[in-house]
Amino acid sequence: MSILVFLEQREGQLRSVSREALGEATRLAAELGGPVTGVCCAAADPGLAALGDAGADRVLLAKHESFAAYEGAAFAAAVAAAVAATHAKVVLLPASSLGKDLAARLAARLGVGLASDCTSLAVEGGRLVARRPVLAGKAIQKLAFPASPAIASLRPKAFAAVSGAGRAGTVEALAASVDTSLPRARVTGTSAAKGGKVDLTEAEIIVSGGRGMKGPEHFALIEQLADALGGSVGASRAVVDAGWRPHGEQVGQTGKTVSPRLYVAIGISGAIQHLAGMTSSRCIVAINKDPDAPIFKVADYGIVGDAFEVVPALTEAVRQLHR
Amino acid sequence: MLQVVCIKQVPDTETRVRVATDGRTLDPAGVTWIVNPYDEFAIEAALQLKEKTGAGEVVVISLGGPGVATAIRSALAMGADRAIHLKSDAPAPDSLGVARALAGAIRDLGAEIVWFGKQAVDDDAAQVGPMVAELLALPCATLVSKFELDGRTARIEREIEGGLEIVELPLPAVLTTDKGLNQPRFASLKGIMAAKKKPIEERAADLGGANLEVLALELPPARAAGRIVGEGVAAVPELVRVLREEAKVL
Ligand SMILES: Cc1cc2nc3c(=O)[nH]c(=O)nc-3n(C[C@H](O)[C@H](O)[C@H](O)COP(=O)(O)OP(=O)(O)OC[C@H]3O[C@@H](n4cnc5c(N)ncnc54)[C@H](O)[C@@H]3O)c2cc1C
Repeated sequence: MSILVFLEQREGQLRSVSREALGEATRLAAELGGPVTGVCCAAADPGLAALGDAGADRVLLAKHESFAAYEGAAFAAAVAAAVAATHAKVVLLPASSLGKDLAARLAARLGVGLASDCTSLAVEGGRLVARRPVLAGKAIQKLAFPASPAIASLRPKAFAAVSGAGRAGTVEALAASVDTSLPRARVTGTSAAKGGKVDLTEAEIIVSGGRGMKGPEHFALIEQLADALGGSVGASRAVVDAGWRPHGEQVGQTGKTVSPRLYVAIGISGAIQHLAGMTSSRCIVAINKDPDAPIFKVADYGIVGDAFEVVPALTEAVRQLHR
Repeated sequence: MLQVVCIKQVPDTETRVRVATDGRTLDPAGVTWIVNPYDEFAIEAALQLKEKTGAGEVVVISLGGPGVATAIRSALAMGADRAIHLKSDAPAPDSLGVARALAGAIRDLGAEIVWFGKQAVDDDAAQVGPMVAELLALPCATLVSKFELDGRTARIEREIEGGLEIVELPLPAVLTTDKGLNQPRFASLKGIMAAKKKPIEERAADLGGANLEVLALELPPARAAGRIVGEGVAAVPELVRVLREEAKVL
């Protein structure tokens, strides 16, 4: 069964979510059989030949100057052309801000169902089955696809990239005609987040602080621990609503959904809406002075104690480790 | 200028999840229903724009069973002018069916902006807005956290991974709203009274066949019972040890 993977690039750089989707495609191809083809919409080749190592048998490059920035209708048309060219039965995209938009457009264009933000895919009885959290992670929906192609978007960090796949990764041009006369959304500017930190949805390690930090000035403690661990800073909504931290750092149902290797929750009670955003983390650590805080029910490891004492000591211990 | 706001009624975010006997859907017993929180940003955005331009109409559309009328009334109480209720008794099987039904209802209204929340907090799918945009061949921007209208061009800001993006779209367009765009108003008593007289047009929703098959709704595997490694500063060395040796995350 031919599998097509949408390869997301931004400003000429392939994004890590693209390799995660390729990794999962390679794993599925071992069960379903058939080639793995990547498709990339870009103004210039972002180094696609190297993707053989990441699992691509070949890569289709739809090259057009207007693909320098994302535009839903044009990207969907190009990816739909790649679906037709490869007779893809499965299409995988990253569930990034771009990928979610594109996946929806593509599904509507092809008239097939889309399982978005999946956390696992499996082959059961010869067909693809997707699992995805719903109701803020309080339940998991298990979905099958009545029509072909099956389209799924994959939660960042929930799937592993591969290397050493030893596939060809041949790059071929995909004819892309973009009708520039159509009314289109146009990206006219971007600004990077302060400090150039890794986005939470892609971070390997996140240190989050809650109202237990008592005030914005004390987030220095959270930042120092995050720095020592090489991670990013997150926050609960209570902290964001109080104006202590920017909205981009909010983790939870109305914030970001994250799946890091390590999530450290400090002075966060663990309200259901916060848990919604972080329970797919691999390892959860909680530091809270209340032994009955709900966060301890989802944490793998916890310390009951005052953040103002425990966090500096933990930061120091981590620094020692890396010295 | 006519604006459409698509809203969904969803279970309250505190809802305790029980799976219905069919093994595939949420047991509705004891569920409190609310307007999807992201859709409230959409309603507020449309109302603010109408107030600013001093003209036009805000039309609310919602798809669902008879209970959805409550959600529609609350949007009307906030200040929307009228509503279309696409009636469907069966729970919608997937987003594409919903998007098709909505697009069908929107097509002839002559809307300049079609507003959605960025996602519904029950299926968390984030699909219906861009699907409707594709079906209606309209430009679309998702995750809108800042909005300005300059003549017939919408200028928006959206948060993407690691930064912000500024996007310009010609009207008509589809926009999906994120938190931070505005502070949704509460309905006034006057608004609630006025809402009772506002028209709700009922139509049968045509959802077509299923585009996804729900095999099961399962409770997530419980996370293995965690361990309190100790109290206070004294527990730090043990925490570092387990993170290195057991969890292998350091
Ligand atoms: C529709 C809706 C959406 C929401 N979306 C989100 C969301 O996306 N993300 C989110 O986080 N919340 C969300 N919430 C809010 C959520 O319900 C909680 O109010 C919020 O998560 C609480 O934040 P907190 O844990 O930081 O604060 P609190 O609940 O006040 O908890 C503070 C914790 O700090 C501990 N503490 C205090 N002092 C110390 C100390 N010195 N050392 C150690 N621990 C200490 C306390 O024991 C307590 O457990 C949402 C709510 C609603 C209704």
